[in-house]
Amino acid sequence: MLKVLKNRLEQGNRTSKYPKVPINLYNRYRGLPQINPDCDSATIKACATACPQEAIDASSCKIDLGKCVFCGQCETQSKGEFVKFTQNFEMGVANKNDLLTGGSLPALAEHSKKHFKKLFGRSLQLRQISAAGCNACEADTNVLNTPFFDLSRFGIQFVASPRHADGIHVTGPISRNMHAATITTFEAVPSPKVVIASGSCAISGGPFYGSDDIIGDLNSIIPVDLYIPGCPPHPITTLHALLKYFK
Amino acid sequence: MANLLQINNGETVQRSLIPHLAFADFRSELLTFANNGGQVVQFFGYEDDGVLKFLAVLRNEALFVVGCDEPESYQSLTTETEKFHMFEREIAEQYGVKPEGHPWLRMVRYHENYRGKEDVFGNDYKKEDIPGNYEYFPVEGDVIHEVAVGPVHAGIIEPGHFRFQCIGETVLHLEIQLGYQHRGIEKLLPSVPSVRRPIVIEGIAGDTAIGHSLCFSQAVESLASIKVDEGAKTIRVIALELERIANHVGDLGALSGDVAFNPPAAFFGRLRGEFLNLLLTLCGNRFGKSLVRPGGVTQVMGEEQKKIIRDKIRETRPELEHVCDLLFSEPTVRARFETTGTVPYEQAEKLGLVGYAGRASGLAYDARVAFPTECYADLTANTNEKAVGDVFCRANVRREEIMHSLDLIEKLVQKDGETANDPTFDYKLAPSSFVVSVNEGWRGEISHCILTDQDGAITRYKVKDPSFHNWTGLAMSLRNEGISDFPLCNKSFNLSYCGFDL
Repeated sequence: MLKVLKNRLEQGNRTSKYPKVPINLYNRYRGLPQINPDCDSATIKACATACPQEAIDASSCKIDLGKCVFCGQCETQSKGEFVKFTQNFEMGVANKNDLLTGGSLPALAEHSKKHFKKLFGRSLQLRQISAAGCNACEADTNVLNTPFFDLSRFGIQFVASPRHADGIHVTGPISRNMHAATITTFEAVPSPKVVIASGSCAISGGPFYGSDDIIGDLNSIIPVDLYIPGCPPHPITTLHALLKYFK
Repeated sequence: MANLLQINNGETVQRSLIPHLAFADFRSELLTFANNGGQVVQFFGYEDDGVLKFLAVLRNEALFVVGCDEPESYQSLTTETEKFHMFEREIAEQYGVKPEGHPWLRMVRYHENYRGKEDVFGNDYKKEDIPGNYEYFPVEGDVIHEVAVGPVHAGIIEPGHFRFQCIGETVLHLEIQLGYQHRGIEKLLPSVPSVRRPIVIEGIAGDTAIGHSLCFSQAVESLASIKVDEGAKTIRVIALELERIANHVGDLGALSGDVAFNPPAAFFGRLRGEFLNLLLTLCGNRFGKSLVRPGGVTQVMGEEQKKIIRDKIRETRPELEHVCDLLFSEPTVRARFETTGTVPYEQAEKLGLVGYAGRASGLAYDARVAFPTECYADLTANTNEKAVGDVFCRANVRREEIMHSLDLIEKLVQKDGETANDPTFDYKLAPSSFVVSVNEGWRGEISHCILTDQDGAITRYKVKDPSFHNWTGLAMSLRNEGISDFPLCNKSFNLSYCGFDL
């Protein structure tokens, strides 16, 4: 018992004051990209070629954040002249088309559905479905339950059964082997329900796009309400998206 | 042994130099090796001009390679030793070759084979629901019952299906069925352009992103004769050790939670984040994605990053020691950890367990010591005090590894100099060659094999995550245990579903 108290004193209170107090991430973190459309076209083309995810559309000077895995290759390739990643972690969107961006995203709060706020604003229970992928998204979603993020202080919880849930939070590119289980879990959630696609895998197939063994776009089998880009999304990106969309 | 070619870790060899035996000789050579304490690193099939061949990489104190032509069907090696169990199932699924007499021939990842042959298991994946015709281990009797969980589990974890055959609360057998995360990685890797390969590799298992990209990068560097400078090697080792610490710390927290001892669960949970944030300091991603690439690393480690790492270790080391002490000295915790889920040495050796699970059972093998890469040859090895193979030992080995890794990182950040090396995506692989790279990821031995054709294109990319060996160890640890001890056994192993499913 004494050891518990001693450790408790040493550890102190670590819960973040976010969103009241802003969080600063280390300058190497790659969040929302800043795009310079006036960059010369050869550099833009080189970036598009270097992009492993084919996420850059050279003609419209846009990046698809649903495909992007935030590897930073375009920034290195253009030495920051075409793309520069900022430390802005606020990247959740309600419409998939908005993910194809020239560097700005619509304010999420204005795009959330009013009845969702009314229904789930004070209490939101989510069933997480891990539908293949690499487990990084799952790990960084789990982290929301650690003392620093402490998700439950916002009335949001991840629950064990779809029957207890208001919606599903899906990660991974939906392997063919997880197709049936994903649909079954979704159907087991009582209506009205929400669907969240988290991470570039669930949005576009992520690193595995083009593989015969995945479906690669959650929206093609279940209509998605909220998209959270990243590979994996930083926990604070997920937290921001959940708070803005539902609160 | 005379028929095996001895190779070095990460050394490119001409495929023509690899001994190509008749199947009968190949089989007896492998069995002799395995029965004399040798282990299987890789055993897989590949197609060469339409002909199916087998290749095996073996290890004792050294690494060996040997190959043969595939016989249409063959007498299973598993009937003689368990060490080939999973490998033979995998080959049967990938290439439609049946190992006759295999004692537990089941699907691994539920997919059509690569050659369009009739499925060994009688499945048609165009029609079949996953997992297909899977017959569970039958246990019968009036008082026998089964508990089935998954593929969607109760927490935020990966999908898999577990079936416990129980008598009362005692587990007679646990059948573990994976494959739900199959993304076709081995098929994808040779077909994608070289810029995409590192991204796919980092997607094998997110919690082992550094470990797998290290194996990949070393294999490519060897095949393309790319030199890596010392600074880059230092950064890679620091990253691999940070990955190890973060995962071990997180698992100690999960184990605390599973015995309902919440203070250390919360403390470890927070501390894990500190180490993920150090990886972010190095490369911008909490899992170390985008850091390791063929040719070196993508970002330098300057004085600023070194200072952050040094300061954070100085701050967290006493905290870690104290929280570990809190967990490991609590009598109620020890009562739950000790003698639970024991995998004795003999069993662990037969199953070929690797990593901390193996070391906790007394198998000293550590790839960092046996086949050192990067700058591991200059660093001190870790030692483990107690190794009887129970949950306590698996937890304690991790505690010792955390402290050892902290020492290594502190030593490495003292090194002077920045790295100047640029990673490269434009390389040409040596034609008709073979390479195997082995590293000690946080879970244990990771290895990647690449075979190239006469034009230098990749014909076969073989990945093996340590989980491929250790899942069977988890099943064995549950024998005759109470079913309520499953979470403890499971967390003490913490195996990768996606790393296995590929």
